[in-house]
Amino acid sequence: MAESNADSKELLQPSRQILTARQRAWRSFSSNRTAVVGLALIAVLVLIAIAAPLLSPHDPLAQSAVNRLETPSSDHWFGRDHYGRDIMSRVMYGARIALIVGIASVAFGGALGTIMGVVAGFKGGRTETVLMRVTDVLLAFPDLITGLLILAVLGAGMWKMIFAIGITIAPRFARIAYGATLSIKEMDYIQAARAVGVKDLRMLTFHVLPNMLGDIVVLGSLWMASAIRLEASLSFIGLGVSPPTATWGQMIRDGTHQLAVQPWFAFAPGIALLIAVFAFNLAGDGLRDAMDPRAQS
Amino acid sequence: MLKYSLRRILVSIPTLLAVFTIIFIVVRVAPGDPAYAALGDYASEDAVERLRERMGLDRPLYVQYFQFLFGLLQGDLGHSLITQQPISQQVAVVLPYTLQLTFAGIILGIILGVPLGVLTAVRRNTWFDYFGRVFSLTGLSFPIFFLAILMIYFFSVQLGMFPALGAAPFSEPISNLHHLVLPAISLGVIMFAYVTRMTRSAILNVLSDDYIRTARAKGLTERKVLYGHALRSALVPIVSLVGIFTISLLGGSVLVEEVFARPGLGRYMIGAMKQNDYTALQSIMVIYAIIIVIINLITDLVYGLVDPRIRYS
Repeated sequence: MAESNADSKELLQPSRQILTARQRAWRSFSSNRTAVVGLALIAVLVLIAIAAPLLSPHDPLAQSAVNRLETPSSDHWFGRDHYGRDIMSRVMYGARIALIVGIASVAFGGALGTIMGVVAGFKGGRTETVLMRVTDVLLAFPDLITGLLILAVLGAGMWKMIFAIGITIAPRFARIAYGATLSIKEMDYIQAARAVGVKDLRMLTFHVLPNMLGDIVVLGSLWMASAIRLEASLSFIGLGVSPPTATWGQMIRDGTHQLAVQPWFAFAPGIALLIAVFAFNLAGDGLRDAMDPRAQS
Repeated sequence: MLKYSLRRILVSIPTLLAVFTIIFIVVRVAPGDPAYAALGDYASEDAVERLRERMGLDRPLYVQYFQFLFGLLQGDLGHSLITQQPISQQVAVVLPYTLQLTFAGIILGIILGVPLGVLTAVRRNTWFDYFGRVFSLTGLSFPIFFLAILMIYFFSVQLGMFPALGAAPFSEPISNLHHLVLPAISLGVIMFAYVTRMTRSAILNVLSDDYIRTARAKGLTERKVLYGHALRSALVPIVSLVGIFTISLLGGSVLVEEVFARPGLGRYMIGAMKQNDYTALQSIMVIYAIIIVIINLITDLVYGLVDPRIRYS
């Protein structure tokens, strides 16, 4: 009897090996060196974006006609642009637009796409056909072309850019959410909830959505990289936030015309953009592996 | 195989119809009055009215919609709002350049990417694999237009090896190819990175299968196992991803054309956008849609070739 008592006590003791899914994901993520590097780079970027007024060595808008296209010096690390503005300060301020557009468009597109997918999967019938057909059509086009088309109709600007990128990436979320909803819908606990008369909206918010949140977050982190790149591409084409606000894409565009004279005009924002996209790709990859139990062998 | 191909072609018709409808709604209905947008805020009512009449914009929307569809059926892409020229003429001039560029990018990506993908998978967790993976992730993160600018800086501005801007006509093949090198590499590197990554993971997936163990157990050489067995079945996911990336390369070609000031569908589209030429924009989107459907069709047909299971199901 005493022996079995000891056994059950042992069983009640939480073992060190048993981790919650979240703890396990964090362990896997933090032991992934490249993912941690990505996360650290993101932290630096966010810090630069927030503290740009404190960190930037010069006013990003201050012009100086006599010093235009000055090459790098100890005072202006990346030199000056065609209006004589300090490039390093503009690159730092550019991180703001990149991150704001990146985060806001993924949040908007992720939310819109998830709602589309969940509603299509849950409602079925004509709603499903229409929503998923629209999704398929949007998915067929390259991101850049969809983004361009929407901005062509709406005109340039930051909020329009966020809207355009959001619409472009929403179908990716719709597909995942749709698939997840179809499988969750058949689960016993949903049937049980339906049997006790839980209303549709409540069912979606409290029973269906939480179950796919992990997938959606991973997809969001992976699409952050693409959203930032898309923002820069659209700004490069000339559809971004209007000047004189510093954006990386716009700077690269202006710098392209001065490659022979002042290559750092295009290189500095280009490298910043590369680092940002790389960082989100690394962190997103790590997060995906961490959340996927199959990858943890 | 013929029956399968025909079925695939028939299936793409309703998809195209849906795409055309959405393009019509987005480009024609959403921005308000295209004639007004094309002529600008200072245009007289009279001028706007005349343009509307000439372009058929004064007719009811559903009539315009059917005219648009019937025009497409006859291969008529309509006239530009700005230049009044037939859009099909302009498209015929620029489309070959875009197709040439995209095709060159794909070929470069496949020729380099598949072998590197196989090698990184076989030499898993060696320095070679590590280098290959870092390379492909960097390639995936590289904004295509920035890569293009670096190419121009190093190979045109510094070394003077290749022309930085423009393209040469097809009637001058040497100069044409000379102009193609940098744009094609810019586009191809991204494809190279994608293909390497996907080939590696497809091969790794297959290598742990039972039949590979069987092939090894019966004494086949490693080369036979790899190329005769593993690569053959890894080809199915690779083909599908090459199809997907070809489409995204079409998006990349827009940026490459813009950086190199190269004629092409992408640059034509950006031009039409900046001039608020909505009829041209609409027709260019239609061309993109048709190209995408054709790429998907080819991908599916190649699928059928590499995987007999798909053909007969």
